[in-house]
Amino acid sequence: MTVLAVITEFVDALRLIVESREAQTGDVQVGGLGEFAYFTGQHLLVSGVALGVAVAVALPVGLYLGHQNKGEFVAVSVSNIGRSVPSLALLGLFIAFAGIGFGNVALVLCLIAVPPILTNAYVGVRQVDPDTVDAAKGMGMTGLEVMRKVELPLAAPLITSGLRLATVAVVATATIGPLADTLTLGRPIINNNVYGEAGPLAGAIAVAVITLLADQAVRIAGRAVTPKGLRLRSDQERESGPNVPSLKRGAQTA
Amino acid sequence: MNRYLRRSILTLVAVLASLALAACGEQPGGGGDGGGGGEGGAPGQVIQRVPNAPQQEITVGSKDFEEQFILGEIYAQALRAAGYNTKTDLDLGDAQTAYKALQGGEIDMYPEYLGTALTSFYDVKPEDVPSETTPAYQQTKDAAAKDKVAALAPTPFQNTFAPTMLTEEANRLGIASLSDLGAKGDDLSYAGFPEFEQRADGLPGLEQTYGIKPKDFVGTEEKTEVLDQDEADVVNFFSTDGELTLPKYKALADDKTFFPRYNVSLLVGEDATRVIGPQGMKVIEQVQKPMTEEVMQELNSRVVLDKEQPEKVAAAYLKESGFVK
Repeated sequence: MTVLAVITEFVDALRLIVESREAQTGDVQVGGLGEFAYFTGQHLLVSGVALGVAVAVALPVGLYLGHQNKGEFVAVSVSNIGRSVPSLALLGLFIAFAGIGFGNVALVLCLIAVPPILTNAYVGVRQVDPDTVDAAKGMGMTGLEVMRKVELPLAAPLITSGLRLATVAVVATATIGPLADTLTLGRPIINNNVYGEAGPLAGAIAVAVITLLADQAVRIAGRAVTPKGLRLRSDQERESGPNVPSLKRGAQTA
Repeated sequence: MNRYLRRSILTLVAVLASLALAACGEQPGGGGDGGGGGEGGAPGQVIQRVPNAPQQEITVGSKDFEEQFILGEIYAQALRAAGYNTKTDLDLGDAQTAYKALQGGEIDMYPEYLGTALTSFYDVKPEDVPSETTPAYQQTKDAAAKDKVAALAPTPFQNTFAPTMLTEEANRLGIASLSDLGAKGDDLSYAGFPEFEQRADGLPGLEQTYGIKPKDFVGTEEKTEVLDQDEADVVNFFSTDGELTLPKYKALADDKTFFPRYNVSLLVGEDATRVIGPQGMKVIEQVQKPMTEEVMQELNSRVVLDKEQPEKVAAAYLKESGFVK
């Protein structure tokens, strides 16, 4: 009975994504593929801009601090502050210098993205074996070469995971867009009286799907730039054939 | 039985007398349904202790914004002054959350706006909410009764949408009402909470009723910042917003009474209606009487602008209005 109700609501939400209908409050048409495609586009655009700026700012700073082996306080503080400031409050705060709209939302999302990228880049470089770095220096590499050829590749898995954290956080949070005149997939969630009960569910489904897709895209891109020997075990297992891990797991539970 | 009857009659007489006195007191105050008006309202009748008021604990709840905190405190303190055992559980969240808490017995009463109650709980479309208080209240009361909730008599003030401009700009353009805005506002931009753009009781309705066609709609929850930073020309305020006490802002008159009614009715759960009884309800009505839009703006401004505690603002209101000594 309740399962049926959940399924009915789910189907109704999916229908809202596919075909437009009259608003709960009358007068206007809402929903439909065209509208949701537009929201998705805006959602990805504002998230992409935010992530791009965050990478451009936080990655070099994190790498540099890690390379110099200092600034732990800065890296840790930035990540903690970033986690504690509510993004909704920032939207209001930034009107003063970013106005209301795309730039404002992008700026808020950017601030969400910076901490994980900065912290992971810093930790990623710090955790590189000092002997390896010494060996590289002994071979006559300059500081920049050490970073580019040794530290950066060895830090790649952590940097990637930082990027994935940032991506998930940003794409999920871009839902606040409509609160500052940016029509992302948050619109059917925030305007729930207009879209009806299907609105928030439809918005959530769409956001969840693109969040997972974006996360996977970053994972695959990160894996491509990670040296083979450092790829996460799960990836290696997958490469050596799907049967092995599942057999092991089966043996443990049995 | 006999004693009970006599007490009831005595109480009835007392209530009638206090009502008569209140009515007498009001006449010199300036008449009209505006009641007290101005700062804090006219002196009212001191709240009488209800003899043998039941001592079950009554929890007064509220939604999550300033006006609700103030109202919750006023009702709780007024009932306490009448001898009931009240406590508050304010800041519950949005309307749905508060209503569920009421039905679940977590709280015994909380103030709700007629328009919100009708549209959020009782499946009335925003466009179908009556724009007169009496039918809106009657509809709310009947619908609430089906949920075993009593909707007490509405407040004089209502907290509806109030399109607002910078006074300077409004004067320069000669815009004082929504009709003026419809006639002269085609080059202006309009800002409001995101839903306003699509709701029948929002922009689409304003266009139908007044011919208001702003050149741009800016979806935002912010208000004063939007006007101050010139992000839009007209911003959707609420009619009891504390900021409207500032001369800098001018709310445009809804001269065709388009916006639905958002007077407050205290929603009371079944058990609590028995606890406070008709006498408790009279106390609620009594303290609501001076609450005009100006009074509510003033009270809100003390919390929002002057950063005073809602509890203290409520106490000051009861004192300034003469309900407590």
